[in-house]
Amino acid sequence: MPLRLERQENVSGLRLALAPLLALVFTLIVGAIMFVVLGHDPIRAFGIYFVGPLLDPYTLQELVVKAGPLLMIGTGLAFCYRANRWNIGAEGQYVAGAVVGSWLALVTHGTDAGPWVLPAMLVMGALGGALWGLIPAFLRVRFGSSEILTSLMLVYVAQLGLDYLVRGPWKDPDGFNFPQSVTFDANAVMPLLMDEGRLHGGIILALVAVVVATFVLGRTLVGYSIEIGGSAPRAAAFAGFDERRVTYGVFAVSGALAGLAGIIEVAGPIGNLQPSISPGYGFTAIIAAMLGRLHPVGIVVASLVLALTYIGGEAAQISMRLPFDVTRVFQGTLLIAILAADVMVRYRVRRVEGTSHA
Amino acid sequence: MAENVPANALPASLLEAVGLTKRFGALLANDHVSLAIRAGETHALLGENGAGKSTLVKMMCGLLQPDSGELLYDGAPIVFPDPATSRARGVGVVFQHFALFDALTVVENVALGLAGHEPLATLAARIEDCVHRYGLSVEPYRRVGELSVGERQRVEIVRCLLGNPRVLILDEPTSVLTPDESESLFRTVDLLTGEGRAVLFISHKLDEVRRLCHRATVLRGGKFIAEVDPKTETASSLARLMVGAEVPRTPRSVTHALGEPRLLVNKLNVAGDGSRGSALHDIHLEIRAGEIVGIAGVAGNGQTTLFEALSGEKPVVDQEAIIIDKVAAGGLGPTERRALKAGFVPEERLGHAAAPDMRLSDNVLLTTHGDGEIVRLGIIRRSALLARFQEIVKRFDVRFGGKDPKARRLSGGNLQKFVIGREVLREPVLIVVDQPTWGVDAAAAAFIRTTLRQKAAEGCAVLVISQDLDELLEFTDRIAVMSEGRLTAPVPVAETSREAIGLAMGGAQAAGEGTHAA
Repeated sequence: MPLRLERQENVSGLRLALAPLLALVFTLIVGAIMFVVLGHDPIRAFGIYFVGPLLDPYTLQELVVKAGPLLMIGTGLAFCYRANRWNIGAEGQYVAGAVVGSWLALVTHGTDAGPWVLPAMLVMGALGGALWGLIPAFLRVRFGSSEILTSLMLVYVAQLGLDYLVRGPWKDPDGFNFPQSVTFDANAVMPLLMDEGRLHGGIILALVAVVVATFVLGRTLVGYSIEIGGSAPRAAAFAGFDERRVTYGVFAVSGALAGLAGIIEVAGPIGNLQPSISPGYGFTAIIAAMLGRLHPVGIVVASLVLALTYIGGEAAQISMRLPFDVTRVFQGTLLIAILAADVMVRYRVRRVEGTSHA
Repeated sequence: MAENVPANALPASLLEAVGLTKRFGALLANDHVSLAIRAGETHALLGENGAGKSTLVKMMCGLLQPDSGELLYDGAPIVFPDPATSRARGVGVVFQHFALFDALTVVENVALGLAGHEPLATLAARIEDCVHRYGLSVEPYRRVGELSVGERQRVEIVRCLLGNPRVLILDEPTSVLTPDESESLFRTVDLLTGEGRAVLFISHKLDEVRRLCHRATVLRGGKFIAEVDPKTETASSLARLMVGAEVPRTPRSVTHALGEPRLLVNKLNVAGDGSRGSALHDIHLEIRAGEIVGIAGVAGNGQTTLFEALSGEKPVVDQEAIIIDKVAAGGLGPTERRALKAGFVPEERLGHAAAPDMRLSDNVLLTTHGDGEIVRLGIIRRSALLARFQEIVKRFDVRFGGKDPKARRLSGGNLQKFVIGREVLREPVLIVVDQPTWGVDAAAAAFIRTTLRQKAAEGCAVLVISQDLDELLEFTDRIAVMSEGRLTAPVPVAETSREAIGLAMGGAQAAGEGTHAA
C-alpha cells in the first residue's frame, strides 16, 4: 500500500521549535545503539562524550574555540539557505580564505612589517573565500548549473591546491621536509583572550558576525530580498529584486565568512599552513545552520552542540580508543534526523488506496 | 422541469451532506451545512469567497474529512477517505485548476487518470463517443499544450465522464470561458441532467445560475443560509442572500475631464518563449489620467506577458516602447517603475502578488519598499510597516483569522482586497490590474471596482485586464480585445456591445485554432 506525504497547513511554531530537540534525542538513541554494538557501555560513553568536556575549564575553552568557525560559517550559510541557494562548498571557501590570507603572512615573514599584517590577512581571507564562493554563483547565474554540485566539487579543488602549496612552493625550507609552511610571525597570529588555553580573538569576530547577520536578515531590505527570493521567486521578481544579484550576494557573504573562519583558524590555533587545517568545519557548519533553523542565534546554540561532538570525539579517542569517525557518525545522524524531523513536523504520512493522478 | 415538481415529490437525492462541520483552527469553515444533490437536477452552490464552498466540496469528494456530520450516498451513510474512493463510487469533480500535462496528448492525459491499462486507441474511441454524446468538441490526439483554457476544461470534463459519474461537481467552470464556450457548457450540463445524473454547479455569476440551475444552496460565513429556486429569484435577491445586504452597484462612469497620458505603449514587441500565445506583437495603447481602459480576451492570449512587460518583470528592449507618465520606462525594472508612481496587481495572488509563506505584514513590503517611507537607508521601519499594514486591513476590510497570518491562509477575496489596497495606498498615478476580481465574491468585487473607479475619478489612469466581459462592460470607459498576442484599438464602451466584443474574442480565437490545425 503506497504512502503519501501531505503538507500540513497549520504547523505551530512550537512544533517547529521542537523539531531540533527531537532530532537530538533521536541522534542520542542511535548513538547508544552504536556504542552497544561497538561493545561499550553507552552510559559511560555518553559521559565521556557529552558530559566530561563540560566539566573541565580547559575543554570548555576548547568548546568555544571549535564553535567559533562553525558559527561563523553557519551564519554565512544561513544567507544562502534562506535564499534557497544550496552552498555545500563552505569547506572549500574556508580553505581558499586560509590560503589567500596566509599568503600575506608568508611574504611578510621575517620582515617585521607592523601590526597591519593580521587585519590585512583577515580581509584577504574573507576576499579569498568570497571569490571562491562566487564561482558556483557565476556558474549558476550564467549557465544554470546546480550550485550544489559545483560548490561541492570546488572543495576538492581548493583542498588539493592547498596540498600542492604546502608540499611545494610554500613549504618551510627548514621544516625537515614536513608539508607545512613556516610558523607565522607574532604580528600574523590571532591574539589570545586568556593567559591559559587557546581561546583567541576569532570568537569575538564570530559573535560580531552573528549580531550583524541577525540585524541584516531580520531588519533590512537586503534580508527581506533574500527571504522572499527563497520563499517565492516570482513574487521576488515582481517586487523588483534581481535574482542574480541575490545569488551573487549570498554566495559572496557566505564565502567571505567561511574564508574568514579559515584564515582565523590558520592564524589562530594552528599557526601555520598545513594540508589539514579543518576537521570538516565547512561541512559540519551545514548541520549547524540547519539545526539552528537558519537563524544566527539558533546557529550559535547549534554550533556549541556540534563543537561538543568534536571535543567529545577527541576525549573518546583517548580514553575509549574509539576512532574519530564516531564523531562523523554523530554529526551525520544529527543532520539526517533534523531533516527528517522537519519533514515529519511539516507533513503527515497518509496511506493511499490505489494510485491517483488527479 | 424540476421547478414544476411539487415539493412532496422531490427526485431522489444522490449525494447528501447532513450537518457537515469543519473547523480550521479558530475559523469555522463549515457550520452544520446540509445540502442534497438530486438526480436529474443541476444544483447551484452560491456564496461569497470564504463562505465555505470549497471546504464543502472538498468534504463531499473526500479531499477533507468533516469534523462532524455525515455524507449520505443513495440515502445510506458513506465515508470517502480520499478522492479516489469517491470517484470510484461515482462522484466526479472538475476543479478550477486543471491537472493536465501540457506535453502529452488529450488521450494520454486521460489514460494517466484511469486505473488499469487500456490501449490508447480504445480509449480514444471512448473519448470520441463521449465527446459526440455531450457535444464537448475535444480532439483526442491534440497536445494539451496547444489547447485553449476552454478546451482544457472540456478535457477535464471528458475525463470525469469516462468514469460514468452519477454526481458531477463543477467548481466555477465558467470563469475561464468565453460567452460562447459557456453556452456550450450549459448545453452539456443539460444533457447530463437529462440522463438522470446530478450536477453541482459552483458559480459567482448569478445570471448563469438562474438560467441553468434547478435549485440553489446559499452559504454565508460557513453557514447554510437558504435553499431557493433560482428561477423564481432575481439576480439581486440572490446576491442579497449571499452577502446579507444590498450589493452596491459600481457607480457608472463619473464624468470628469481626462488629463495627461499616463501610460503610452508604442510598438511593444515581446518574443515568445515557445508556449502558446505568450508573444506580443506590435501593441499600441494610450491611457490618460482619469480613465479606465479594459483589455478583454480569453486567457492565454498574451495578457500575462503584457502585464509582465508593463510591470517591468519581462525585459523590453525598446526604451520608448513603454512610457509611464512621460518617462521612457522600457528598460526600467519594477522598482524604478513604481518610483514613477505606477502600481501593478498581477493575476496570481499567491506566489506572484504575494509570497504565500510570509506574513501578511511582510507582504506589504513587496511593492512599497522603494517608496522611501517604510524602508529608509535599507532598514525596515517595523512601526511604519505595521501602520501601513493596519491601514490596508482597515480601509479595505481585509478579514482573516489571527493577528498577522501567512498570506496563504487568507481567502481569495480578502487577499485580493489586500493586494489592491496595498497599491491604492501608494497613491499611484497609474494602476495596471490583471484579473481584479478573479475568484472574488460579489461584494468584494463591487468594492474593488468602486475603488478603481474612484481612483480614476481622482486622476489616476487605470488599466484592467480581465476575462470577465460583464465586469469590463460595467466599469471601464474603453475596451480593447487581446487575442493571439495582438491588441485591437480600444473602443468606448458606449459604442460597443457584449456581442461585438465576444465575437472579436471568439472570432480571433477561431482564427488562431485554424492556424494550429494547418
